[in-house]
Amino acid sequence: MAGAPLLTMTGISRRYGRVVALDGVEATVWPGEVLGIVGESGSGKSTLLRMMNLEDTPDSGDYRLALPDTPGNLFDLDRFARRQLCARRIGIVYQNPHLGLLMGHSSSGNVAERLLVAGERSFAALRARARTALEASEFPLTRMDDPPRQLSGGMQQRVQLAKSIALEPALLLLDEPTTGLDVSVQALVLDTLKRLQRDRAITMVIVSHDLGVIRTMADRVMVMRRGQVVEQGLVDQVFQDPQHPYTQELVHAKL
Amino acid sequence: MTLSALTRPWAAISWGFLDASAKREMRRKIVKAIALPGCQMPYASRELPMARGWGTGGLQVTLTLIRPESVVKVIDQGADDGVNAASIRRFLSRGSGARETWDTLEATIIQSRHRIPEERLRDDQVLVLQVPNPEPLRPVQPDMSVARQMHADADYGRLWLVLYEQMVRSGRILQGAAYPSLVNGRHVMTPSPIPRWDVPKLHMARHLTLLSAGREKRLFAVPPHTSLEPLVFSDVPYRVEDHAGLTCHRSDPKGVFMNEIPQDGGGSVFEASDSNLGIKAIRRAEGDPIEIGATWYQDGEFRA
Ligand SMILES: Nc1ncnc2c1ncn2[C@@H]1O[C@H](COP(=O)(O)OP(=O)(O)O)[C@@H](O)[C@H]1O
Ligand SMILES: [Mg+2]
Repeated sequence: MAGAPLLTMTGISRRYGRVVALDGVEATVWPGEVLGIVGESGSGKSTLLRMMNLEDTPDSGDYRLALPDTPGNLFDLDRFARRQLCARRIGIVYQNPHLGLLMGHSSSGNVAERLLVAGERSFAALRARARTALEASEFPLTRMDDPPRQLSGGMQQRVQLAKSIALEPALLLLDEPTTGLDVSVQALVLDTLKRLQRDRAITMVIVSHDLGVIRTMADRVMVMRRGQVVEQGLVDQVFQDPQHPYTQELVHAKL
Repeated sequence: MTLSALTRPWAAISWGFLDASAKREMRRKIVKAIALPGCQMPYASRELPMARGWGTGGLQVTLTLIRPESVVKVIDQGADDGVNAASIRRFLSRGSGARETWDTLEATIIQSRHRIPEERLRDDQVLVLQVPNPEPLRPVQPDMSVARQMHADADYGRLWLVLYEQMVRSGRILQGAAYPSLVNGRHVMTPSPIPRWDVPKLHMARHLTLLSAGREKRLFAVPPHTSLEPLVFSDVPYRVEDHAGLTCHRSDPKGVFMNEIPQDGGGSVFEASDSNLGIKAIRRAEGDPIEIGATWYQDGEFRA
């Protein structure tokens, strides 16, 4: 990849009690690319994504985003600056919609809240921008004022997606966005993600334990195991010719 | 030399029911509240000979501020003669020697529930509002410790979200009394259950307003010359109650906040909610030389 990376993480380590969730992880993401992260359950994928979203702080490590007005290690930012950066420049879609949405409030309101936090105060503009974001997520607009609680799993993920792209983030994080959905619904949501990526060239990091998802979505892949990155490279390369025994196992089990 | 030569003669040094340490606690918290406009300050609430929920929060503030030379007015829903208002006022004057009044112009301290008088307050007057629920975030965040973090982060997205959803569902803002308002551009506060009509009176006011909740043990302040902006969308103007065109059926005031009094035959008549303003208007009409101060609203329009 040419040019400077958008995201650079170095030496990220995090323990929870005796559990080592992340052990010296390095990650780089270039503008416009999709980085996939695979690995078995408990390998630290969600923890790493939470760090990228500045929800949690590692015991040690350095995190930089090449964005205007965001110099230095982002883990050194104060709480307020973090929240601002998070809300304005980073979007996230969780596997569990309860983490990302207010289930009892309207879907359009969930999107509008993002815009409100960023300072939008015109009701007409909130309405229009929420509609645009939901439309881009291929959410059925007739239901835009229904609460997520009343929606299917696939639609809930589309609301999360709309909320996360409403402010046109520089970085979109997706933590198992389609896990738990029916296979057919999963394919449709992945289609939406692919189209969004193509139309807007959003830089994405997508976590999945499903190699199929990574293969359809990602340009590069990082394989994690026990809090470490054991292998990374272009998706085709890694999946066709895995080097690390763990990756070999993963790929062959899948095929 | 005798001991009495070294000390001053005995004199009453305390008034206003509360002991000196309770007052010191209140004074500290009042000073803090003034320093951080709109920010809720927890305080150690004292027992008073009155049940919580009947204005003990406001009462503790008033008892702390009151002095024998004070002139005190107490209103409940705009009226000076309600049982609750009358008994609080009597308690205040008995415990301090302060003079009682119904006249807004004369008062130095005004303790109120539900209303702000229609006559403009001056910089030598203090308004004490009794607040039943001091937390504007309660409807959107039942966990009070999370709500405090949200205040610290100035994270008011959910309050806006509620207004957004009212607009979506009803095409207008339904929030009536206790309209959430941003103080000094930083903290959102609930201005107690005063009507929307009264909220603009707190913006860049000449007087100091102290709001206090006895049950929740929190007080907050809107200092003089401090901005207070109701949360509104830029394209949906803030609207006060539609009382500008109403006339009080007993006295002559027009364009003030009214109480609606349903009539037997259906329909209803209106009566100035600021009852002493109504009384003054009647007496002036009868020829008494009564002074009525400049009002915040003129011809039903708020005048800054
Ligand atoms: N907040 C936390 N408290 C305690 N343990 C945690 C916490 N977050 C993650 N862990 C532990 O860290 C490890 C990695 O978890 P996670 O990142 O969720 O893995 P993955 O998403 O790859 O399944 C697991 O052993 C998990 O139990
Ligand atoms: Mg996970």
